[in-house]
Amino acid sequence: MKPSKLSLGSAFWLLLKRDLVLAMRRRSEFINPILFFILVCALFPLAIGSDPNLIRKIAPGVIWVAALLASLLTLDSLFRGDFEDGTLEQYVLSAHPVSILVIAKVIAHWLITGLPLILVAPLLGVLLSLPAGATGILVLTLALGTPVLSLIGSVGVALTVGLRRGGVLLSLLVLPLYVPVLIFATDAVNTAVTGIPVTAQLSIIGAMLFLALALAPLATAASLRVSLS
Amino acid sequence: MRFYHRLASPRHFYRIAGQWIPWLAGIFFVLLVWGLYESLFVAPTDYQQGESYRIIFIHVPAAWMSMFIYFIMAVAGAINLVWRMKMAEVVLVASAPIGAAFTFLALVTGSLWGKPMWGTWWVWDARLTSELFLLFLYLGIIALYGAIEDKRTAGRAVSILALVGVVNLPIIHFSVEWWNTLHQGSTVSLMGGAKMDPRMLRPLLVMSFAFKFYYGWVLFLRARNEVLERERNTSWVRELVEGKAT
Repeated sequence: MKPSKLSLGSAFWLLLKRDLVLAMRRRSEFINPILFFILVCALFPLAIGSDPNLIRKIAPGVIWVAALLASLLTLDSLFRGDFEDGTLEQYVLSAHPVSILVIAKVIAHWLITGLPLILVAPLLGVLLSLPAGATGILVLTLALGTPVLSLIGSVGVALTVGLRRGGVLLSLLVLPLYVPVLIFATDAVNTAVTGIPVTAQLSIIGAMLFLALALAPLATAASLRVSLS
Repeated sequence: MRFYHRLASPRHFYRIAGQWIPWLAGIFFVLLVWGLYESLFVAPTDYQQGESYRIIFIHVPAAWMSMFIYFIMAVAGAINLVWRMKMAEVVLVASAPIGAAFTFLALVTGSLWGKPMWGTWWVWDARLTSELFLLFLYLGIIALYGAIEDKRTAGRAVSILALVGVVNLPIIHFSVEWWNTLHQGSTVSLMGGAKMDPRMLRPLLVMSFAFKFYYGWVLFLRARNEVLERERNTSWVRELVEGKAT
């Protein structure tokens, strides 16, 4: 086979653009996770009572757990469509490193499913009576943390994409790996409520982001090769 | 080197493991009896915790094993991914339920000990929490292996998962520790910080070696079964089965 003339950079951009265009054609793909996210957060006050102090206390945890679940629910769409129509095999066969293509796909996926969560988070902060300063930190932790979730999740999806019913299995594989992000993100928001600086927590989430960015695409690429074999 | 190559072939592994099994089992039982005797009769009663501290002779070695086996699985996973060695895959897969069992044992004995000592079955202590997530990592590996039908594919998939888990394990442990110290304070510390009496340390070490031999024994039993199942269409397995049947 002749090596493709397409440079790695343009392949990366084409893939990113393609996934975004596909998502724009099917709006429900990014609207439904937002609705899910808001709905889960709205269930908690109903379940625990309307005491504003209690709600304020659990707000960071509730919002983050809801974000975690929303991210988990959307993960399956990361490779599912491409796996079913055979495009995924073409990526693996292409002359470009699969791990770089994986990064393009994860970025597109995060723009579609992660970014909207960040945009509606301030609204949820108001609903759950978080102070304004803490809401800012909440947005920051989501901005740093949700890409980590997408990257870690991509490994899990790549491992389970070949299975017909991989959904519950995926959550079993991925949720334990989400624990560190959850801990540091909610801790940052909780600390911000008391007015103490949270640069340490944010730096650690940032470090996790870079670590995940360096390692997760490699593991995902290897997993895709296994799943397609 | 030749020994290594022979061990890498399922047929020779099956034979060699079969020779080792009685020895491993024998050493395990000797160590177990010795360790239990020392821990139940020789080790002195703790001045603070009374007799119930003796559960650590099961608890601590089990917790050690839970981490040791995960480490072995990650190494086996790496070997499998790099050299595509069938036997590494078998070792990984056969180890997972044993590791999960030790993790479960550590959690259960810990909580049995926690009830009289702390007055509660469970606290969200850093060690307990990270041990719980270790159990989930084990169960994830077992579930993924069970879900993929083609066992060679499944073996490679769990190899990747084991490696991803071993990178994450220190991060999970570190983050849980951070979380715990920030919010709960050090209300409890295992072992009470006191130095150990040598009469307590010896049974602990004997028990931990007993558990290692138990692992080796059960690993070889399980690995032999796994080999037979995977190689059931080869001539040597057929000869083995038919030879024994007649």
